[in-house]
Amino acid sequence: MSEFAAGSLTGKNLHLSFGSNHVLRGIDLHVEQGTTASVIGPSGSGKSTLLRVMNRLIEPDQGDILLDGRSVLKDNPDELRQRIGMVFQQFNLFPHKTVAENVSLALRKLRKLPAEQARAEALEQLDLVGLRHKADARPANLSGGQQQRVAIARALAMKPEVMFFDEATSALDPELVKGVLALMTDLARDGMTMVVVTHEMGFSRNVSDTVTFMDGGVVVESGPPEQIFTDPQTERLQGFLSDVL
Amino acid sequence: MDALDQLVKTFFDWEAMAAVLPKMITVGLPNTLILAVSAGVLGCILGMVLAVMGTSRLTPLRWLSRIYTDIFRGVPAIVIILLIGLGLGPVVRVTTGSTNPFPLAIFALTLMAAAYIGEIFRSGIQSVEKGQLEASRALGFSYGSSMRLVVIPQGIRRVLPALVNQFIALIKDSSLIYLLGLIASQREIFRIGNDAAANTGNLSPLVAAAFMYLLLTVPLTHLVNYIDNRLRTGRPEKRQPDDAAALIGKGAQQ
Repeated sequence: MSEFAAGSLTGKNLHLSFGSNHVLRGIDLHVEQGTTASVIGPSGSGKSTLLRVMNRLIEPDQGDILLDGRSVLKDNPDELRQRIGMVFQQFNLFPHKTVAENVSLALRKLRKLPAEQARAEALEQLDLVGLRHKADARPANLSGGQQQRVAIARALAMKPEVMFFDEATSALDPELVKGVLALMTDLARDGMTMVVVTHEMGFSRNVSDTVTFMDGGVVVESGPPEQIFTDPQTERLQGFLSDVL
Repeated sequence: MDALDQLVKTFFDWEAMAAVLPKMITVGLPNTLILAVSAGVLGCILGMVLAVMGTSRLTPLRWLSRIYTDIFRGVPAIVIILLIGLGLGPVVRVTTGSTNPFPLAIFALTLMAAAYIGEIFRSGIQSVEKGQLEASRALGFSYGSSMRLVVIPQGIRRVLPALVNQFIALIKDSSLIYLLGLIASQREIFRIGNDAAANTGNLSPLVAAAFMYLLLTVPLTHLVNYIDNRLRTGRPEKRQPDDAAALIGKGAQQ
C-alpha cells in the first residue's frame, strides 16, 4: 500500500577528492525501490559525503548516479534534488519562518502552489508527524525531536522518490531519539525508498533491508542486516561492531 | 560668576536659539532627512549588491567588491564629497542645466555608505550557518533562490542594529555637504546653525543644531538597543516537553 512515488537509486563507482584528500574511493550503493539501505561506519568514513554526492550537493569527480535506472548526472541538479528529500543531523530548519512556512516554502516557490493550498498541504504533512498544533510556532520554540520531525515533514512535502537521512538522531537528547526513529520506521514500512546514514545500530539492524559498512572512503562490506551484524566477514567490520555494540 | 554668565550666554542664549529654531525645523530638518534617507536607501541597495558580490563563488566579483569597499571606506568623507561634488558638478550643470548640489551630495554619501553597509550585510550573510544553504539547496532551490529566500533574510535580521548605526552616521555625515555651497532653501541643520552662529557671533544656534541632531539620533540609538534586545529574546528559551512519542506515526500508518 505504498503511498510514495518511490524509485530505486544507484551510485556507481563514485569518487570524490577534496584536494589531496580522497574522501570517496569508488563507492557502489544500490537501493531497491521501496527499501531502506542503512550506511554505517566510523566518523570520517565518508558516509555523509556519500549522501551529498548522491543528490549532487557535491558533484562527484567520477562515477554515475542512477534514479530509476536512468543516469541523472546530466540533469539539472536542482530538479534532481526536488526528487530526493534530505534530513540533516542539525535539522537546519529556517529559523526566520514558522513551522508551517518551513514546510510550505518549497511548495509555493518550486511547485508554484497558491499560498492557501501550500499551507493546507503543509498542515497535512505536519499532521503525519504529529505536529499540526505547532504550525505557527517558530522552530526555536520546539524541542530537538519536534524540529527534526518538522524537517522530515518539510522533505516529505515535496513528495520525494527517495529520502536521505544524515545521522538524523545524532544531535538529539536520548529521550527524543525514539520518536524520530519511530517516524523513520513508519516511513520505511510504508514503502519509502530510504538511505539512512546512522549510528543507531538497532534501527540499522531491525528496519533496514540492506546494511553497508563504509570505512576510509570504500564500502568494506554490505549485505542484509542479519549477515552484517551476526556474521561479519572482515576484521574491520568486526572491530567496528565490537566498538559500537 | 561673570565667567559662568559668559559661558551660559555663549552656549545657551535662548533667544538666539529661538530665533533660529523655526528655520531649522522647516528647512534644515527636511533637508537633512532627504540627504540621509535617500543615501541610506540607495546605500542599502548598492551595499546589498556589494555583499552578494563579496560572498559570491566567483573570484573576480569578490575582488571588485573588495576593491570598492577598501577605497570608499578608506578615504575621508570630506574628500569624497569634495571630489564628487566639485568634480562632477560642472559636468552635471552642462548636461542637465541643474545647479542643485543635492543629487551629487546624495551620490557621494551613497557611495560611502554602500561601502560600510556592504560590509555589514556581508558579515550578516556569512554569519548564517552553512547548513541553511545546504538545506535549502537540498529542497531543490537554486543557489540564487536559496540566498534570496533563506540566507539573506536571516543575515539582514542579524545586522539590523549595525544598519541603524550606519544610518546615524549618515545623518551626521550629511552635514558635510555644506562644502558644496547651498542656497538658502537647500541648507540643512548644521549649515543653518553655523550661519546663524557666524552672523550673531554666538554659538547658541550651533548648540541648537546639536540638539536637533540628538533629537534624531538618540531615538535611533534606542531603537538599536530595542532591536538588539528583541533579536536576542525573540527566541525564547522556553521549550515544551516532547509531547510526541505517542503521537508519532499515528498518521503515517493510515
